[in-house]
Amino acid sequence: MPNNSSHLPFVGAFDAARPGLPGAGLSWLKDFRETGIERFNALGLPSSKIEAWKYTRLKPLEDTDFQPVTDDDGMAALDTVPSLLPNPGGRPRLVFVNGRMRPNFWIEGDLPDGVHLDCLRDVLTRNPDWAEAHLGAIAGDEAMPLMQLNKAMMDTGFVLRVDDGVEIEQPIEVVFIGGLTDRPVAYFPRNLIKLGKNAKATVVKHHFGQGVGAYFANAVTEIDIGEGATFNHYTVQAESRDATHLSTTHVRVAKDATYESFNLAVGGRLSRNEVSVRLEGEGGHCGLNGAYLMRGREHCDNTTVIEHLAPHTSSREVFKGVLNDESRGVFQGRIVVHKNAQKTDGHQLCKTLLLNTGAEIDAKPELEIYADDVKCSHGATTGQMDETALFYLRSRGVPEALARNLLVQSFLGEALEEIKQDDIRQALTDKVVHWLPAACFLSEEWRDA
Amino acid sequence: MLEIKNLHVSVEGKEILKGLDLSVGPGEIHAIMGPNGSGKSTLSHVIAGRDGYEITGGRIIFQGEDLTGLEPEIRAAKGIFLAFQYPVEIPGVPNTTFLKEALNAIRRYRGEDELDAMQFVKMMREKTKELGISDDMLKRAVNVGFSGGEKKRNEILQMAVLNPVLAVLDETDSGLDIDALKVVAEGVNKLRSPDRTTLMITHYQRLLDYIVPDKVHVLAHGKIQRTGGKELALELEEKGYAEFGEAAA
Ligand SMILES: Nc1ncnc2c1ncn2[C@@H]1O[C@H](COP(=O)(O)OP(=O)(O)OP(=O)(O)O)[C@@H](O)[C@H]1O
Ligand SMILES: [Mg+2]
Repeated sequence: MPNNSSHLPFVGAFDAARPGLPGAGLSWLKDFRETGIERFNALGLPSSKIEAWKYTRLKPLEDTDFQPVTDDDGMAALDTVPSLLPNPGGRPRLVFVNGRMRPNFWIEGDLPDGVHLDCLRDVLTRNPDWAEAHLGAIAGDEAMPLMQLNKAMMDTGFVLRVDDGVEIEQPIEVVFIGGLTDRPVAYFPRNLIKLGKNAKATVVKHHFGQGVGAYFANAVTEIDIGEGATFNHYTVQAESRDATHLSTTHVRVAKDATYESFNLAVGGRLSRNEVSVRLEGEGGHCGLNGAYLMRGREHCDNTTVIEHLAPHTSSREVFKGVLNDESRGVFQGRIVVHKNAQKTDGHQLCKTLLLNTGAEIDAKPELEIYADDVKCSHGATTGQMDETALFYLRSRGVPEALARNLLVQSFLGEALEEIKQDDIRQALTDKVVHWLPAACFLSEEWRDA
Repeated sequence: MLEIKNLHVSVEGKEILKGLDLSVGPGEIHAIMGPNGSGKSTLSHVIAGRDGYEITGGRIIFQGEDLTGLEPEIRAAKGIFLAFQYPVEIPGVPNTTFLKEALNAIRRYRGEDELDAMQFVKMMREKTKELGISDDMLKRAVNVGFSGGEKKRNEILQMAVLNPVLAVLDETDSGLDIDALKVVAEGVNKLRSPDRTTLMITHYQRLLDYIVPDKVHVLAHGKIQRTGGKELALELEEKGYAEFGEAAA
């Protein structure tokens, strides 16, 4: 494979930027970063020859002169924080601007004892041993270039630890704001989440772009869910329209543990949400759901792998895409049932609504089953707006724009319903409503329904 | 009120209506009967303004205005209502939301004040009570999981809420039990007034026992073949459409 990675400006600038990266004094971290950059340079940017990257090209990374972020970029003026959840006053919240934590926007909230929420930088300073033991423990795939790149460059992110038996009712919101810089920048969040036995927590991540202009966010999130624990993970990707957002999430689900997630993508010129879930213990469950709404020439890729490694594990995956104009969607969903994972229950559904003849979807659901006593299903459909339903609404007086919006919401409903927490489902539904072109009035009723 | 003159309509290149004439005066209720595939639903869709029907000749005049080219929502605002032969399921959109959006859109168009949540709920309570419709059906998504009869009742509820000037009921009686049929009939009879018009498409004489039409038309081969009074329906019930030849399709 040709090695042209070091031509990428942000890789070229790596050495210069290194003293400013978090944990610069830690020798193990120096090695960690070193192996990352070596691996990345050896691998290069993912090429279409790699199966998992068949439909997504990372052209903006080759063409744009992305620079590492500086402290100044992190201090970009910000009037309000784009919180997803209503009444953020009491809720714990962390805010990052261009990869720098903004203490003045931090709300500690009333987290119970046994919950530790920090930014990565602080953990590297105060608890480097813990960081050394956990960084890369869940996400260590040497064959994944973007993960290696993040390994070398990680400069931001948060760490959430929840001790055994501790349950947090309040959702924790983490806001990543990008943009507002005078040149294209790149930043690399690394998030670590570890739930002890029977712990419970909910995190809502909000990637939000401000202003215009390109930037590049390359995030890696490692999630370790202990026995009997439940982790709810909601992400909204609302980057600006010239942004590149590449996110890799690796999850380990222990015995009787649950991972519930929903990824809503409504922004970004180029985005990829890559998730790998390993159901390692008996009775483990994962709900891996999402929706994406793209327009213009946006490209959104959802690539997921769910591995059933133990008996009696279950997974449920619902992804819905709405593609307008000349946008592109990619859905690659692989479910692997390993030999001893008997009694696996796996369901996958991927539906796409094409609003325009110029829009395209590449959907590739895959089942790989090595056990003989399993219940698995998958389905992928692509369709256009139902003209009869549209006529039905309009014949009752509903204006065309609103009728179309209602039908898009109707289409997405099946995915959004997977979100069990009402306030979060509502927040994400609002995002969807805002995505849809205006020119319509929606009464309160819709929101309360 | 409704004046259809020499209407020619094609769907996907196939001519379905071939010079249809129909005139319904204010306060009148007309029934249209005819073999399967003769174009009854096509006519109802064309009146309501559905895309995809090519009007190759003739005109539809409603209250003195040519409807050609008007969007379906504008026709609704002008008082045209079509109860669908096959009401559409819309998952995820609650029935009340749908109705409120529809009603308020029409009110906005007419320059009337929108109903707020309270006023709307109050009005809905009255209508549902009148029509014997459960609150549960209002909360549920539009027609999703409704039985055939419930879907038809829901059409009548929508009609009652939107209060149309011209109601076109496309086989609203099909699939209804006798109680529901009475409810529908009451709904239609209630709307009966000198400034309203109803066009009922039906296969069954039974409906006409409850709603007595001023005229009965037979649609076949793309045209109104015969027009008569209530007794025509009885005659059709007995003899079928043999007199008019094979189905028009
Ligand atoms: N979209 C379409 N494409 C092709 N043919 C169509 C289309 N819509 C209607 N038709 C044809 O037009 C003819 C009239 O159909 P229509 O639904 O109006 O009949 P109808 O009188 O309502 O019948 P029924 O009593 O069965 O409801 C039929 O032959 C039907 O197959
Ligand atoms: Mg019909």
